Amino acid sequence: MACRFILQNPSKRKLLHSTFASRSASTLVLAEHEGGSIKAQSLSAVVAANSISRDNPVSLLLAGSGSSLQQAAEKAATCHPCISQVLVADSDKFAYPLAEPWGKLIQLVQLKGGYSHVIATSSSFGKNILPRAAALLDVSPVTDVVEINGPNQFIRPIYAGNALCTVRYTGASPCMLSVRSTSFPVPPLGDSKSDGASISEVDLSTLDEESIGKSRFIKLSSEETDRPDLGSARVVVTGGRALKSAENFKMIEKLAEKLGAAVGATRAAVDAGFVPNELQVGQTGKIVAPELYMAFGVSGAIQHLAGMKDSKVIVAVNKDADAPIFQVADYGLVGDLFEAIPDLLEKLPEKK
Amino acid sequence: MKIMVAVKRVVDYAVKIRVRPDKNGVETQNVKMSMNPFCEIALEEALKIKESGFAKEVVAVSMGPSNCVDTLRTGLAMGADRAIHVEASRDLVPLTVAKLLKKLVEVENPGLLILGKQAIDDDCNQTGQMIAGLLGWPQGTFASKVVLDKEKHTASVDREVDGGLETLCLDLPAVITTDLRLNQPRYATLPNIMKAKSKPIKKYTPEELNVEIKSDFEVVQVTEPPKRKAGVILSSVDELIDKLKNEAHVI
Repeated sequence: MACRFILQNPSKRKLLHSTFASRSASTLVLAEHEGGSIKAQSLSAVVAANSISRDNPVSLLLAGSGSSLQQAAEKAATCHPCISQVLVADSDKFAYPLAEPWGKLIQLVQLKGGYSHVIATSSSFGKNILPRAAALLDVSPVTDVVEINGPNQFIRPIYAGNALCTVRYTGASPCMLSVRSTSFPVPPLGDSKSDGASISEVDLSTLDEESIGKSRFIKLSSEETDRPDLGSARVVVTGGRALKSAENFKMIEKLAEKLGAAVGATRAAVDAGFVPNELQVGQTGKIVAPELYMAFGVSGAIQHLAGMKDSKVIVAVNKDADAPIFQVADYGLVGDLFEAIPDLLEKLPEKK
Repeated sequence: MKIMVAVKRVVDYAVKIRVRPDKNGVETQNVKMSMNPFCEIALEEALKIKESGFAKEVVAVSMGPSNCVDTLRTGLAMGADRAIHVEASRDLVPLTVAKLLKKLVEVENPGLLILGKQAIDDDCNQTGQMIAGLLGWPQGTFASKVVLDKEKHTASVDREVDGGLETLCLDLPAVITTDLRLNQPRYATLPNIMKAKSKPIKKYTPEELNVEIKSDFEVVQVTEPPKRKAGVILSSVDELIDKLKNEAHVI
């Protein structure tokens, strides 16, 4: 397939070398971009791609429209040494991350490029799009991979993280993965390499548009915040039902501010309307693995633990000494959070 | 319009699961099984749409071994009109489920397909997206609000995405997968549980639907996640700050 593609596209002969060298592994990474940059989360998919095999040229696929897309493509070309190519799909159809055009795009790019692996981060974007594309390609994706042991063997959590399943992919190419970003941390990138990867436009003339246009983006409403992103924060401070009100939840926010931390919440706190849903940590919310996770008034239900038990240090403050959260906490404080938080606010050292 | 809802029988969400000693999987013998919580929400939404007059019939579908019928009975007791059971003895991967669903869609011709966003056993979060792709229908995943427009024949869906809430407008027929906050599923009342016993459950086999059951995976092993080392209970905030600073070095 790769051969035919090159013969049909003499202008892309430059790719010949990398495509042939990649017979063992070649990976397509689906990346998200925002404001002219690749999202940090998408880079963990690149890190994962890099761990499949050493000789694994990575093509990064970006879609969108206009100048911010081109800007992101230029940055992407130099952001990681293993990226050999940046593919850009520039069209109004990709102005919003809709699954229908994206699914078709991935199918198109895969049929031309014949990649052995297609990887996305298991963000809401990746989870929405990857399985649709996989169905179009008639393969089964592996969701939420936390460890890669070679080109076909992966570990993923099941049952809300209470078991780890090692699977061997035996299906046809491509092997499609969504990877958990906290398991593939992006090392601080040194000097970006001077010779960037090649940037090429995806030829969209053969894009099958049959199912495109049946969905339309209306709006995105989000809370503006200058706190660090929950998914990648070094410290996370979480509040549960015991906060009792949105008013009281502000104490959690104050504490987070003092620690330079992101704010998380349990399902109970979100359902009670204390905070918006995007702050939910757990099996169905965000999965975090910060250096320090502080849980206030959180009982520690299975579904919540699924989202935070890989944190390095866990602190729990709860009135109930029997709360299950204490079984995973490194440091526990049995007491009233309405006394502990103000005390912490007063005594914590100022952030430098 | 007819709404089809896919429901899965899974280990009850409150059960603390045990990994089998032979590392072949998770113990499911003599463990309480229930309808996947997200599927309950999917069914509730379908019933609400029917009650609002937009849909005429709600069909619940489940795939797997014969005891999936219990799950379908639960669905019928909640208010589904009838049920379809595709009996398969092997574990089914989402792609196979999506292919079986596609065949059923071709037979039943529903105007809307509602699924849960993920099953709490395999945590895959794939089936809804896959069936939408196979049918070429638009998809509204992780829905926390669904509003149907009868005249325009569209569905407005609020989706829970990482950055907040996204609103999409989908042409029907469409596939919707439900998030936790879409609704509060009802309980089946005793009279409805009794009535459900006489509602029809149609049976198919994968062979009848002409779908080959295969898996693209081999499970090498299932293990317990690493245990965290036991923590300590501290007596004061001062001690906590001291430990975080001098022992854990995280602040």
